[in-house]
Amino acid sequence: MGIFGFIKSSIGQKYVVATTGLLFALFVLSHVLGNFLIFVGPEAYNMYSYKLISNPFIIVAEIGLVVLFVVHLAVAIKLTASNMVARPDKYALQAKGKKKTDPVTKAMWIQGAVIFIFMVSHLITFKYGTYYTAEYDGLVVRDLYKLMVEVFASPLFVVGYVLCMVMLGLHLSHGIQSALKTFGFNHPQYEAKVRTVGLGVALIVSLGFIAQPVYIFFFQ
Amino acid sequence: MGNDNSTEMTIHLKIWKQDGPGKKGEFISHEAKGLSSEMSFLEMLDVVNEDLVRLNQRPIEFDHDCREGICGTCSMVINGEAHGPDKEITTCQLHMRKFKDGDTITVEPFRAKAFPIIRDLVVDRSSFDRVIESGGYVSVNTGGAQDANSLPINKPDSDLAFEAATCIGCGACVASCKNASASLFVSAKLAHLSFLPQGKIEQDARTLAMVRQMDTEGFGACTNTEACEAACPKGISVENISRMNRQFLKASIKER
Ligand code: FES
Repeated sequence: MGIFGFIKSSIGQKYVVATTGLLFALFVLSHVLGNFLIFVGPEAYNMYSYKLISNPFIIVAEIGLVVLFVVHLAVAIKLTASNMVARPDKYALQAKGKKKTDPVTKAMWIQGAVIFIFMVSHLITFKYGTYYTAEYDGLVVRDLYKLMVEVFASPLFVVGYVLCMVMLGLHLSHGIQSALKTFGFNHPQYEAKVRTVGLGVALIVSLGFIAQPVYIFFFQ
Repeated sequence: MGNDNSTEMTIHLKIWKQDGPGKKGEFISHEAKGLSSEMSFLEMLDVVNEDLVRLNQRPIEFDHDCREGICGTCSMVINGEAHGPDKEITTCQLHMRKFKDGDTITVEPFRAKAFPIIRDLVVDRSSFDRVIESGGYVSVNTGGAQDANSLPINKPDSDLAFEAATCIGCGACVASCKNASASLFVSAKLAHLSFLPQGKIEQDARTLAMVRQMDTEGFGACTNTEACEAACPKGISVENISRMNRQFLKASIKER
């Protein structure tokens, strides 16, 4: 048993979902911060993207992200399925008063499913999207900015994107603090801070990502 | 029993009726007339059952024992809430004055795979007993009782142990958790023993055994929705769950 038994236990699986989720939260945080270069201009943004993808270690990071994503998804699906089995018959009514559960915390899998669909379409649209080029001081780089302006000219795309980012924000608002609590950070010393960090990161990520297509749509 | 504040009430009940384990159950409607607002919820059910007997129908079965909030047997979900709308009380401590005359109240059993329904509102909570059997004890040498002060315990630890020990094992945590997780119950039982010197010795073995038994019984996993803490008649803190997670990791790493 020991540590292998731990991974198989319900608590161990929670640790796996929490760890992969937190690492992924760090990734989206760095992603949104990097993307703020959109507000600086096409050259700053395209050069940032060029520096990122021309780094030989990018492939390691990409594989790492895929592994994180697959593990997070697989273990979360497994846990969700066994959690549903643990309550085969539903209640006729849901608690409404003081004992009501925050609906965001109950819908993690729905937000997760939306984020999954979003991620796939996001990669198809951008990473594997049209390859425009731009030239800065004789250096030819991918013009992602142009692709973005093209994509976010469609109001439908902007609305869809914003809705997905709201889902991501909700997922993070519960996910980050829940992960930290799973690790054991639930204690009078940490409780308030854990909540603040979780909500803070969720707000930065979702509002940050929402601001970008909205800015492109209205101002570019 | 009435006092000056007592008013007469009529309540429309929708109660779960199920003849036996695995049988198909359904809600039956019953109009309970002539109730007093000062009755407890269980006394109201007693009146309903007397009505049903008078009508030559089978009474509704429900669990109860102490009727003063200490035994934890009075398990039921009232309008979607384990032990009803009030915080930090059991069903037997709930009074009809919490409802309005003419209200419709839906009463159903605790629902969880690990709590199979025996009949109507009565569920089998022996899964909790098996979790306790697996490690919820301390081993002490026989012989004369020790002097009470020979085991110093600091006040904060003894308070935390005591708070956890107020768990009456009613199962409202399982009933209200969307995953039917027993994490609050198991973590409270672990905490009340682990904070005390007598319980420290077996802490690792106990944590491993009780968490594994919890998984074996088919309870779900905790997703920190904290519905359990809100429903707990003793207000036991979800902090215990985080502590259990830490201790389970530590015990797993050290296990030989
Ligand atoms: S009957 Fe004992 S707690 Fe309600």
